[in-house]
Amino acid sequence: MIQNLPIFIVIIPLVTVFLIPLVGLWKRDYCFYISALSITLLFSISVFLLNLSINVIHYHIGGWEPPWGIEYVVDPLSAFMILLITFITLLVILYSKKSVSKELPNSIVEFYTVFMLLITGLLGIVITGDIFNMYVFLEIASLSAYALIAVGGKRDALLASFNYLIIGSIAACFILLGIGFLYMVTGSLNMADLSVILPKAYASYPRVVLTAIIFFIVGLSIKIALFPLHTWLPNAYTHAPSVVSAELAALMTKVGAYVMIRILSIFGISILGDIPIADILSWVAAVAIIIGSINAIAQTDIKRMLAYSSVSQIGYIVLGIGLANQTGLTGGILHILNHAFMKGCLFLAVGAIIYKTGIRNINEFQGLGRKMPYTMLAFSIAALSMIGIPPLCGFFSKWYLALGSVESGKWIFALVILLSSLLNAGYFLRVLEKAWFGKSIHEGVDEVPGSMLIPTLILAIGCILLGIFVTIPVSFINSILSISKLGWT
Amino acid sequence: MLMELMLRYNYWISVVLMLIGFYTMISKKNFIKKIIGMNIFQTAIFLLYISMADIEGRSAPIIISETGYVNPLPHVLILTAIVVSVSTTAVALSLIMKIYKEYGSIEEDKILEVHS
Repeated sequence: MIQNLPIFIVIIPLVTVFLIPLVGLWKRDYCFYISALSITLLFSISVFLLNLSINVIHYHIGGWEPPWGIEYVVDPLSAFMILLITFITLLVILYSKKSVSKELPNSIVEFYTVFMLLITGLLGIVITGDIFNMYVFLEIASLSAYALIAVGGKRDALLASFNYLIIGSIAACFILLGIGFLYMVTGSLNMADLSVILPKAYASYPRVVLTAIIFFIVGLSIKIALFPLHTWLPNAYTHAPSVVSAELAALMTKVGAYVMIRILSIFGISILGDIPIADILSWVAAVAIIIGSINAIAQTDIKRMLAYSSVSQIGYIVLGIGLANQTGLTGGILHILNHAFMKGCLFLAVGAIIYKTGIRNINEFQGLGRKMPYTMLAFSIAALSMIGIPPLCGFFSKWYLALGSVESGKWIFALVILLSSLLNAGYFLRVLEKAWFGKSIHEGVDEVPGSMLIPTLILAIGCILLGIFVTIPVSFINSILSISKLGWT
Repeated sequence: MLMELMLRYNYWISVVLMLIGFYTMISKKNFIKKIIGMNIFQTAIFLLYISMADIEGRSAPIIISETGYVNPLPHVLILTAIVVSVSTTAVALSLIMKIYKEYGSIEEDKILEVHS
């Protein structure tokens, strides 16, 4: 039974995808319960998998041995990502009941169907050990994301989604090309197998392998919205329904960062050491951090501000990858976790505000703190955590990133992190100041229903707990780095 | 030099097709043309995969052959990739349909005019 657990991680949401339209024919409200049930089941399995992952679990689909068959691998890094995905999704699904029935009253069934397909894709990406399978799941997740952004049918959302689709397809084509080049020189698609064969292949065909690296880096940079390739992200997050913004911002780009870590690990230090790819990534990330924050300051639409803030936060994660030392990578992976909590909480809180008042302009936030105290409290905790005020969790990932920069002798990145914290403070404190100290201009606004409030508050409490008990995730990340062979360190 | 180019003509054809597709995708203002470009780009990649599977003098991977077979795996991969490509096209076309209903046009510059 335990040996077969990995396949359930993909089977359960996939079966749910087919069940939802059938149940939806009968009773539309039940779609929510089916999705919630399925995610709860996944969450309990993933807790179980996290405990087992210390001894890496291999599952061979259809009994085909790797490298011929597709293999699912649960090592600490993928178990960590699975737990993160299922936990955040569980909260988002709870939140979605009220939010979706107000925002998308006519497409509840469609929403839950595509939403579960998105979860299938995200979970598939992190669990598979086969690089082509990873591409297919990446496309499943991306296609569902395009559809989910457009599901409301608002005109801006349609354009944002189409734009995302074009840019995302270019990225997918690049990744497919990269896989093709790797297959050309190695004849294998299994990631563990590839990492063994590649150093030899690199000795005979250096140019093909380098071209593959470049295609992967550019393709994945588009998927995770790294700075010069981030143009799809602000519109997509701004115009998507609240639940979708929260889910995409918290998880989609994080899973992209996971793929980047995995792909770079395939190549390993022996190949990556030959080219200045780590330096390029960390410099681009540094620019992303600053430009993202500056753009965020210029916005008046709260969701667009958070979207630009995401661009800058992606910079942190990539900086952690690019620093190429143990401490930096710890900071990067820790930031994947922390940012998922913080950004999830912020988008859910903003969704709650939009649900009650329809306000998106920051200047109209005056006095909301007194009208919706718990929502704004959650928003404030997450915002302070984003700025990096100890003991909230955002401080610690920045701390590890700064330590990593100093360790590798690149002081300038520590300065970049400091500067960006100040910029973060600039755009978040202006919202907090309006909300808590402004004169109230909203009559008859009160707190959102409990099913929306509780997930937001849980994420906010998570931000505090992950900060106070930071040693728990850090020690787990240390075991990730020692067990999952990550090529950088 | 020319001989070397000629020897690998299959790769050159797919690279040229790829560039045509990529250029169409980023330069054309018409949404349908963008999608056509996307399809050309994807098909060019499929060609690259299929042509790298080929081994000179071998036949199709059917078990009765005595000459040995070409590599069948890329063909299977491409079947999957074709499914991905078709679904991307389907999503894109349905989005274009909705955009046309909302804006009354599928030309990017006209839509941006209506938008502002």
